[in-house]
Amino acid sequence: MSLDTDIKKQNFEGVSVVIIDYGAGNIKSIQFAFKRLGIDAVLTNDPEKIKNADRVIFPGVGEASSALKMLKNSKLDKLIPTLTQPVLGICLGMQLMCKTTEEGGNTEGLGIFQVDVKRFPNTVKVPQMGWNTVTNLESDLFKDIPENSYMYLVHSYYAENCKEAIALSNYNGEYATALKHNNFYGVQFHPEKSSIAGAKLLENFLNLES
Amino acid sequence: MLTKRIIPCLDIKNGRTVKGVNFVDLIDAGDPVELAKQYALKGADELVFLDISATLEGRGTTLDMVLHVAEQVNIPFTVGGGISSVEHVDALLQCGADKVSINSSAVKRPELVKELADKFGSQCVVVAIDAKLIDGQWKVHLAGGSIPTELDLFEWAKQVEDLGAGEILFTSMNHDGTKNGFANEALAKLSNMLNIPIIASGGAGTIQHFVDTFKDGKADAALAASVFHFGEIPISELKEQLKNNNIAVRL
Repeated sequence: MSLDTDIKKQNFEGVSVVIIDYGAGNIKSIQFAFKRLGIDAVLTNDPEKIKNADRVIFPGVGEASSALKMLKNSKLDKLIPTLTQPVLGICLGMQLMCKTTEEGGNTEGLGIFQVDVKRFPNTVKVPQMGWNTVTNLESDLFKDIPENSYMYLVHSYYAENCKEAIALSNYNGEYATALKHNNFYGVQFHPEKSSIAGAKLLENFLNLES
Repeated sequence: MLTKRIIPCLDIKNGRTVKGVNFVDLIDAGDPVELAKQYALKGADELVFLDISATLEGRGTTLDMVLHVAEQVNIPFTVGGGISSVEHVDALLQCGADKVSINSSAVKRPELVKELADKFGSQCVVVAIDAKLIDGQWKVHLAGGSIPTELDLFEWAKQVEDLGAGEILFTSMNHDGTKNGFANEALAKLSNMLNIPIIASGGAGTIQHFVDTFKDGKADAALAASVFHFGEIPISELKEQLKNNNIAVRL
């Protein structure tokens, strides 16, 4: 592990980050994680603000079908796929960006990632809760993050391994723990809760070429 | 590979960290935010804050402390103690807590578990169970272990899993404060019976106790307080030893 030093304070002045507000779960930790990087991430559901931001975070905690309902109520389900700046879906946010999810009885997602989300079988404990390694790391999102770094996960559903996977974790077999399609990124783990490795990933997200 | 978690527990009273020995004698051990930051740096996987005064005196957990912890600490943490309503949980999560742990309030009104799981998701609902082995039967106790009930540990654990609990924090009152090891037999039974993670609590005294609770007790995580607070077991050394015993840990 070479991330033993604290994230060096880079200057992200002028970089605007918005967190999409559609009533889904714990946003505070994500805001605080950006604050530790010197950024005031703004919580908003204003389409103009979202469109004009340099970076967009699509969070999500809770149940998929009710989260999608909230998303549709605010018409954000139509807006998100049209965004052109780097977008990062976290946890349920990532799952909602997939084609379908088994949660809530085969719910249709935003279809940004061409992959289905399945439930872990009861041969393992569900939810998977805790720190797991990430491997087969691709893309600048994982720049300077070593293979087998640990990230914090809490989830009962997972995206299958697929072409768009840029990182894998193993729980009852390998699955896609991070996805990428053009400017869209998704991570199943919680970078905001994943210690230094997670902070590095958020920093990389800010540094992505837009 | 998913790793076993090491969880320091910070008992909180009046905004300060204390450690209960068999839940009664209390020794002051510092500022919770500073301690939490230290633990995150030293390799703790998660933290639990238990407002022990809350259950005994009906005090609510300080939202302020939660906010400060969330601001400064980059690992997940759970808040428990005196939580009995959906509104209270909402406020704690809004302040940045990742999970809440409920105990007596779940026994008094089991539907609370379901209400919380439905509204916030199972992932943030930890049900804490204090139990004591009496005449060969594990009986659930309430209010910081001071009130016995007729509830059986295993039946109650199964019930809360069915209601949507995401995790169980089991404290053996026979072991808590003794430093003689965890209640591994009961833990293994819980772990085999249920399909949600089990946190072992009560009895940590040596590194071997942690090895045993992961191997024999089949625990998914182990929680302790004083052995960490007073530096008797450094977390880095504990994790190295666990790794040497072929137990997956985050290093």
